[in-house]
Amino acid sequence: MTHLHYDILRTLRNPAFAGLTVALPLVLFYSVASGQRHAMHDGTSFPLYFMTAMAVYGAMYATVAPGARIARDRSSGWLRQIRITPLRTRTEFTAKVVGAYLLALPALVLLFLAGASLGVRLGATQWLEMAGLLLVGLAPFVVIGLVLGYLLPGDAVAPAFAGVVVLFALLGGVFGFQLATSGPMFDVMKGLPSYWLVQAGKTALGGGGWPAEAWIVVAVWTIVLIPVAALAYRRSAIRA
Amino acid sequence: MSSAICDSRHYPARAAARDAIFVTAVSDTDHGVVLSRLSKSYGAVHAVRGIDLSIAPGETVALLGPNGAGKTTTIEMMLGLTKPDKGTVSIFGAPPAGARQAGWFGAMLQTGSPLDHLRVREIVTLMASYYPHPLPVPDVLRLTGADEFASQMTTKLSGGQVQRVRFAAAIVGDPDLLLLDEPTAGIDVEGRRDFWQAMRAMTEHGKTVLFATHYLEEADAYADRIVLLAHGQVVADGPATEIKAQVGSRTIRATLPGVGAAALTALPGVRSAERHGDAVVLTCTDADAALPALLTAFPATRDVEVRGGSLEEAFLELTGAEETTGLDDTPGAMGVTR
Repeated sequence: MTHLHYDILRTLRNPAFAGLTVALPLVLFYSVASGQRHAMHDGTSFPLYFMTAMAVYGAMYATVAPGARIARDRSSGWLRQIRITPLRTRTEFTAKVVGAYLLALPALVLLFLAGASLGVRLGATQWLEMAGLLLVGLAPFVVIGLVLGYLLPGDAVAPAFAGVVVLFALLGGVFGFQLATSGPMFDVMKGLPSYWLVQAGKTALGGGGWPAEAWIVVAVWTIVLIPVAALAYRRSAIRA
Repeated sequence: MSSAICDSRHYPARAAARDAIFVTAVSDTDHGVVLSRLSKSYGAVHAVRGIDLSIAPGETVALLGPNGAGKTTTIEMMLGLTKPDKGTVSIFGAPPAGARQAGWFGAMLQTGSPLDHLRVREIVTLMASYYPHPLPVPDVLRLTGADEFASQMTTKLSGGQVQRVRFAAAIVGDPDLLLLDEPTAGIDVEGRRDFWQAMRAMTEHGKTVLFATHYLEEADAYADRIVLLAHGQVVADGPATEIKAQVGSRTIRATLPGVGAAALTALPGVRSAERHGDAVVLTCTDADAALPALLTAFPATRDVEVRGGSLEEAFLELTGAEETTGLDDTPGAMGVTR
């Protein structure tokens, strides 16, 4: 618990964190969506679509943040000091995953509130369903954070993490437009968890949840990346 | 997590009673710390070449050697941070991983800056939370002198302050074995004294301590026993006073015309003598015996000066090595060994 507590505290004390996960998405949301309150996008209202997109954008940054923290702690050398304590790998991993989700919550809640302020109206179950889908869909990003955190040297972390998030955001349609609506490019997009995260908003409105394809994409990304993270962890743990 | 203490079934349990702030070490007294035939190479560089070493519980041992002797690699293998190529480490009867999970050792590493975005008090609290039976954080802060800057952010500390935080991190788990890699590097004289005073408080409670240093004075002053390491091998091992006599050779310089080197070498406590014009230089095994003998035998001796020999000279002498710059596989040869 202490580990989790300080992990979160350290992330919150980093001014860049609040900027990227909350401030930037909020500013983008208001500046883009306030002029298009009554516009439609892909069958839903534009504010609903863009609210979800910006919540996803902020939450993606938040969920990879604990991973970014690992890379910095590795390069500072203190992670070796921690590795000689009785702290168990399982506890360390659990703290990172729980921390990632807790850190994603402010981005989701604040963007939902911002959406409501621009006229997004959903029923309680729809809000909850959408939030639930977003949390599930963020799982691959938690693991991506861990993989990068254990693989990359500290000075490569900031650009690498920003690059990964922006790439997933762009291909997933987070920035308000889709690169393609058919063809091979669209197939690639549909293979990304970020695409389905953005779709969570529409799904909530239409009801019926995600299509099976979405669950499969999110599950495959998560399941494939977990062993990679474990391998990256072991590689960083012992100097052979 | 209850499984964190399941090791007590395999390894001796710890007493719950507290004596002052430290729990008196209660690890299995039949097993101390045993390194056998420990070896480690990095590519062509042989950092450690077959170290055998036993440390009894409660002993304070100095690992003395010049840079590149293999001190850090040895300590890292004891901690399980580095995997040995050959040989084994046993800590109170357990392998390094088992000893780590039981919280039996604490260490000061040479590298590692404290985690950022935390205050000193917070990082010590965090480190304490990893151990099954940690010491009270305020006590640790006071003992290490870190209480003076406990509310500072870790990124705003001086080198000496960082060293105190490392010390606090090493002892906060109340380990029975402390491994200290050059613990006083970068600390001023006063800080060194404080550090060793605090260490005394730990060793008085039966803690086992191994510290690496390249200061003979430090090894002599604070260790029961000195293990001399050179080129990844143990070249001498014994009580501090004995090793000090072996490596702490002193030279006597004086102005003394007209006396042959042979007559000087014959004096008690003198190993060799050289003449440079009117000046003579005596290399002594026992300067305390040589000096009065010199003055008695040759009352004309003037400008007497006694100096301690450098550790590097002593090492060259002990290992009987020629200084070579290249890498060399021959044991005892002076190679660059990390």
